Amino acid sequence: MDLSFTLEEQAFREEVRAFFRTALPEQLRAKLRAGHHVSKEEQVEWQRTLNKKGWAVPHWPVEWGGTGWDPVRQYIFREELMGAPAPEPLAFNASMCGPVIIQFGSEEQKKHFLPRMANLDDWWCQGFSEPGSGSDLASLKTTARRDGDAYVVNGQKTWTTLAQHADWIFCLVRTDPSAKPQRGISFLLIDMKTPGITVRPIITIEGGHEVNEVFFDDVRVPAENLVGEENRGWDYAKFLLGNERVGIARVGASKERVRRIKLLASESRHGNPPMIENARFREKLAAIEVELKALEMTQMRVVANMATLEGKPDPASSILKIKGSEIQQTLTEMMVELAGPEALAYQPHGADGRNEPAAAPEWALTSAPNFFNYRKVSIYGGSNEIQKNIISKQVLGL
Amino acid sequence: MDFDLSEEQRLLKDSVERLVADKYDFESRKRYGAEPKGYSDGLWAQYAELGILGLPFAEEDGGFGGGAVDTMIVMEALGRALVLEPYLATVVLGGGALRRAGSAAQKQKIIPQIAEGSLKLALAHAEPQARYNLANVAATAKRDGDGWVLNGTKSGVLHGDSADLLVVSARVSGDQTAENGVALFLVPADAKGLARRGYATQDGLRAADIDLANVRVGADALLGGEDDGLAVVRRVYDDAIAATSAEAVGAMQRALELTVEYIKTRNQFGQAIGNFQALQHQAVDMFTALEQARSMAMYATMMAQEGDANERARAMAATRVQVGRSGRVVGKNGVQLHGGVGVTIEFAIGHYFKRLTMIDAMFGDADHHLGILSDLGGLLPAA
Ligand SMILES: Cc1cc2nc3c(=O)[nH]c(=O)nc-3n(C[C@H](O)[C@H](O)[C@H](O)COP(=O)(O)OP(=O)(O)OC[C@H]3O[C@@H](n4cnc5c(N)ncnc54)[C@H](O)[C@@H]3O)c2cc1C
Ligand SMILES: Cc1cc2nc3c(=O)[nH]c(=O)nc-3n(C[C@H](O)[C@H](O)[C@H](O)COP(=O)(O)OP(=O)(O)OC[C@H]3O[C@@H](n4cnc5c(N)ncnc54)[C@H](O)[C@@H]3O)c2cc1C
Repeated sequence: MDLSFTLEEQAFREEVRAFFRTALPEQLRAKLRAGHHVSKEEQVEWQRTLNKKGWAVPHWPVEWGGTGWDPVRQYIFREELMGAPAPEPLAFNASMCGPVIIQFGSEEQKKHFLPRMANLDDWWCQGFSEPGSGSDLASLKTTARRDGDAYVVNGQKTWTTLAQHADWIFCLVRTDPSAKPQRGISFLLIDMKTPGITVRPIITIEGGHEVNEVFFDDVRVPAENLVGEENRGWDYAKFLLGNERVGIARVGASKERVRRIKLLASESRHGNPPMIENARFREKLAAIEVELKALEMTQMRVVANMATLEGKPDPASSILKIKGSEIQQTLTEMMVELAGPEALAYQPHGADGRNEPAAAPEWALTSAPNFFNYRKVSIYGGSNEIQKNIISKQVLGL
Repeated sequence: MDFDLSEEQRLLKDSVERLVADKYDFESRKRYGAEPKGYSDGLWAQYAELGILGLPFAEEDGGFGGGAVDTMIVMEALGRALVLEPYLATVVLGGGALRRAGSAAQKQKIIPQIAEGSLKLALAHAEPQARYNLANVAATAKRDGDGWVLNGTKSGVLHGDSADLLVVSARVSGDQTAENGVALFLVPADAKGLARRGYATQDGLRAADIDLANVRVGADALLGGEDDGLAVVRRVYDDAIAATSAEAVGAMQRALELTVEYIKTRNQFGQAIGNFQALQHQAVDMFTALEQARSMAMYATMMAQEGDANERARAMAATRVQVGRSGRVVGKNGVQLHGGVGVTIEFAIGHYFKRLTMIDAMFGDADHHLGILSDLGGLLPAA
């Protein structure tokens, strides 16, 4: 047992860090540090920079643009990426739909879609959830009826993140209404420009536009856009959700937030003593750091196991989502606490013109919106209660 | 980076786990506890045979040259069974002081006796007024010819009542809480002027309060320098934090297993109570707490070897916070999920709860260490 990184791994970290130092536009870094979201254009430009370097989809097979890095190197890369902080490659492309196509897609689908995904030529979104099907995803009702060489899709998806930017949507649709819920589902790739698709924004509590409703009204989808076999979509969806386990802890991002909070808390504002001199604040932060360190070690255990267990999930991996989301949420809360009364000013994304600039610094103005917005992380990706059900059943055998 | 055990370590793990599984079920533990010393000398001999008593000591001193990972393996296995024997006191605490500060002559004389099981040690450092301030040492050591005379009171000395040889800290110079001026001495338990009051601790182990009234020892009793005893104690406590964290992980693991087994078999409302989601989620909280503590116990094991005292201090404080808090979650939920039987002496779960609580109280509890960590600036730099 040796928990330190090898010299080669340390050198690799330096290489990654050096690349981010020169390749990441300072303005983008500053924007993320201040707690802002990045625009579509910024996301696309950055992912293309990564892709040019060959690092947009490190975990994909080499033949499809991956790097061949072992899990430890992938982990280091992600940690440095989040720590920079730099935007992560669009998850819908890189971590969700891409791996499904690689694993289950046809040769034509791979050739056509994968390079465009890696380069973010196509922006993908995820059409799983429906108004009546959240945690109980298998109850979904959107139908796809075979009609000649096409499927005709009818129904509604919701919570579709960044569908307003999307060129394509990967959907779970019901192709066999008579089968058991899990048995009648298929995985379909749909061009967002197809007639019959309507996208409507959902505004989240902090005022942002990040999720949408997507309506399908007799949408004709070529049958060749079916992934794998008809009625096997549930298996592919489970594969997709399982892939996210390691990344989901977002340890690197939380470490970046802790360092940031410490820096801000060490500054004296308006002549007041720095917050870091307040023992209550300091101990609260130290307590989160402990949890984060423990999570980091837990994540490394999972990563190390991946290298040896080849794909078999480690029971410890189930806790990454729960702890990772709790820590992220607490850190956004600490930001609000740090901002104090300066957290108050209302600065919605895409201000509607009735707001004039407030005096508070940007990090304070974004603190409350981010806190509100981050309630989502314990809800999506399988809510934390659902994660507990999974651990209870699969690990404890209850 | 790798988390794998070496072949030797796997063998060690297997053999200690097997011994404990064969010899240390809950009923046997009760019998051992009822023996005169409060533990089993028969098992102590078996530990010697297994080689774990000499484990962390250098081979040239008569030990087996094991490292922190080996200690972690042993302590986790002992923790599973709530082992009563003075392994921590002899090998990690008393033996640790000897290992880190002893002269070649002292080590070569004493370590073979530890390894063969014929000599037990204890570390007599804590005093009634000190709480968790390690520097608070009122006991004194005064030069007397080429020897020393010791006076003072030590309290809560783990397994101090049955130890043969005590490592005693005493102040040679400086104020009562000064960092410098504390020395360590090897004092035979039967020294004239040394009085011990032994008692059972809350978790079924043993400890002693010790009075030193003009206890005279020779020059060769001095362990290390006259001025650096506290630094040695701090280092040994760091080792002990790593070791007891592993012990706590073993105890938590077993407590979780017992609880899950129980709720699978206990029927109420016409079904196993393990079907109720309210209980399932509490069991999952136990699991999460356990795994987070396991991660930190590994971290502490790695950091116990860290040379930079400041870095080590942060790591140990962080570990204590996590392990203390996790232990409380596992202990409390474990009892709660057992219902009424959880608060009875006949059920093992309550004993795990008690041991986990006392581990937290032993080398500074979670809140104490949270204060230390935050005063040291936490783990990550500002940026
Ligand atoms: C910001 C955001 C972005 C999202 N982006 C996408 C996206 O891009 N694509 C997509 O398809 N979906 C997306 N989702 C949807 C997300 O996956 C769902 O919100 C999630 O699956 C929960 O479903 P629900 O909201 O319907 O809540 P419900 O399932 O109705 O749950 C309500 C509450 O009940 C709890 N609960 C439900 N079932 C159980 C149970 N069996 N045991 C115990 N507790 C239970 C839940 O934990 C939750 O607390 C997004 C959601 C949010 C908030
Ligand atoms: C110190 C003490 C004194 C007592 N004194 C008396 C007395 O004087 N007279 C008397 O008659 N009784 C007495 N009791 C008994 C007491 O009322 C029971 O312990 C209590 O009803 C719980 O029952 P149980 O212990 O069998 O636990 P169980 O019913 O077996 O419960 C075990 C666990 O499962 C949980 N659980 C059970 N059912 C559900 C459910 N449907 N949903 C979710 N969780 C569930 C419980 O909350 C508990 O955590 C005493 C108990 C104690 C500990």
